[in-house]
Amino acid sequence: MAKAYLSIEAVGVTFQKGASRSEVLHDINLQVDQGEFVSIIGHSGCGKSTLLNVVAGLIPVTTGAVILDREAVEAPGPERAVVFQNHSLLPWLSVQENVRLAVDKVFAGKKSAAERRDWTLHNLDLVKMTQARDKRPSEISGGMKQRVGIARALAMQPKVLLLDEPFGALDALTRAHLQDSVMEIQTALKNTVLMITHDVDEAVLLSDRIVMMTNGPRAGVGQILAVDLARPRDRLAVAGNPTYIAGRASVIEFLYARRAA
Amino acid sequence: MSFPKPEFSASEPIAMDLRDPPPRPFAGLIRHASATAAAVLPPAFTLLVLMTVWQLLCGDSYEGLPSPTRIWAESRELIVDPFFDRGGVDKGLFWHIATSLKRVALGFAISAVCGVLLGVLIGANRWAHRGLDPIFQVLRTVPPLAWLPISLAAFHEANPSALFVIFVTSIWPIIINTAVGVRNIPDDYVNVARVLRLSPVEYFFKILLPATTPYIFTGLRIGVGMSWLAIVASEMLLGGVGVGFFIWDQYNASRISDIVVALAWVGLTGFFLDRIVAFAGRIVSRGNALS
Repeated sequence: MAKAYLSIEAVGVTFQKGASRSEVLHDINLQVDQGEFVSIIGHSGCGKSTLLNVVAGLIPVTTGAVILDREAVEAPGPERAVVFQNHSLLPWLSVQENVRLAVDKVFAGKKSAAERRDWTLHNLDLVKMTQARDKRPSEISGGMKQRVGIARALAMQPKVLLLDEPFGALDALTRAHLQDSVMEIQTALKNTVLMITHDVDEAVLLSDRIVMMTNGPRAGVGQILAVDLARPRDRLAVAGNPTYIAGRASVIEFLYARRAA
Repeated sequence: MSFPKPEFSASEPIAMDLRDPPPRPFAGLIRHASATAAAVLPPAFTLLVLMTVWQLLCGDSYEGLPSPTRIWAESRELIVDPFFDRGGVDKGLFWHIATSLKRVALGFAISAVCGVLLGVLIGANRWAHRGLDPIFQVLRTVPPLAWLPISLAAFHEANPSALFVIFVTSIWPIIINTAVGVRNIPDDYVNVARVLRLSPVEYFFKILLPATTPYIFTGLRIGVGMSWLAIVASEMLLGGVGVGFFIWDQYNASRISDIVVALAWVGLTGFFLDRIVAFAGRIVSRGNALS
C-alpha cells in the first residue's frame, strides 16, 4: 500500500502538569491524500484542535508520528500553514503587510522583492481583499480578517492547509460566503486541507471525507464518512441531494445519538 | 363606514438649489476657535477663582505665604524674563529648568534602554523572572531620596549622583510594565511566529517589540514623571544648578514669591514631559496598538 500524502500514525497526546496526567488523544490513525479536503468534527473539548496543532507541529506527539510527504513533522513550519480560529493577524501591520510578512519569510532568497509583492497581492486577490490591503485589522470586519488569514496561509504555498474552526466566530451569512470562497479556491488550487469544525453542514458541504471523533479524554477516531458529491458543489443544489442528506444524517446521528454522554 | 379620500395635489415642481451653499467665510476658523475656547476657558476660570480665593486669604498684610499680587510685585522680573543670565546662579528660570531637563533626559534615556532590556529579559525568561522580580519589587519601593546618600558616597560628585537617582527612580515602572507586556503577548502571535519559523532576532523586532509597545510606553510615562519628581528633590540637596537648587536657594534667601513662580514652572514642565512621552507612544504604536 502506497503511503498517503499526510499520514497520522498511532498518534497519542498526553499532557502532564505536575503529578496529573491527562491523555487527550489516543491512537489516532488517519491518511489524507494529496488534494483531499478532510474535516474533523466532534464535540467541543474532544481534542480536535489538539490534533490539528499536532499536525501543525505546535504540540509535540507523545506517541506515534505525523508524516507529511515522507517527512516526519517535528516542529511548526510554513509547509503546514494554519488559519487560526481568531484570525491572529498582527494588529500593528496592515492587511498587505500581514501577508507580506509571511511571503518575505517563506520566499526569502527565492523570489525578488517585486515578485514577493506581486505574490502578496495575488493572494489578497484570491480572497477578494485587494481593496482593503492598506487597512489595519482593527478597521475591517471579522469575515474580512478571516479572509486575510486565509490569504496569509495560502501565500505560504503550504503542502497542507490547516483550518482551525475558521468560520466559528462568524455570523451565518458571512460564514456561508466564506465557505463558498474556500471551496472555490480549493477547487482551483487543489490544496490538501485539514479542517476542524463543529458545524455539520459545513463539514458535509466542504469535505471529501469527514472524520468523526469520539469524546475525550482519550479521544479517538470514531468513524470516517466519505462524501461522494461532485465538485463544484453548490449549496442550494446540494441541499436536496440524497447523498448530502444521508451524510448529514449520519454525522448528526454519530454526534448526538450514539455518543450522547 | 367611509374613509375620507386622500387627496393628492398635483405635484408641483420643487425648486431645488443643487449648488453648494455659498461658502461662509471663517466657518472653519469659528469652529476651531470655539473648540479651543471650550478647552481653555474652563481651566482659566478655575485658575481665576483659585487666585481670587488665595488673594482674599493672604491679604497684603499677612507675612507668611505671599498673595498673588505680592508675588507679581516681588518676582516680576522672574516671571516676565525667564532668559536673563547674570552669571553664576543668578539666571532666569528657563536656564535652571534646562539644566534639570538635561539631567533628566540623560538619566531617563539610560533607564529607558536598561529598563526595556531588563523587562524583556524577565518577561521572556522564567528563571530570570524568579530570580530578579522579588528583588525589583523590594527595590522599587525605596524612595528616590534614600538613594542619594549612597550615590553620593559612590560617585563623590553632584552630577553623576543626580543622574543615578533619576535612573534608579524611573527604571522600575519601565521594567515592570515591559515585563507584563512581554508576558501578555497573545499565544496567537507566538504561534504565527512559530509557523513562519521567525528567528529570535526577527521575533524580537517583528512580534515582541510591536506587541509590547503600549506597555513599554505606559512604563516610560510613569518613569518620566517619577524622574522629574526625583530631580527636583535631589537638586535641593545637591546644590549647584538646576531648578531644585533654585527653589532651595530662594528659600534660604526668604524669597517665597520666587519659589511659587518656580513651582509653576516645575509643574508645567512635568506636564509637558508627560504629554511628550504619551505623544511619542501614540506615534510609535500608530494609534491602534491594542486591538
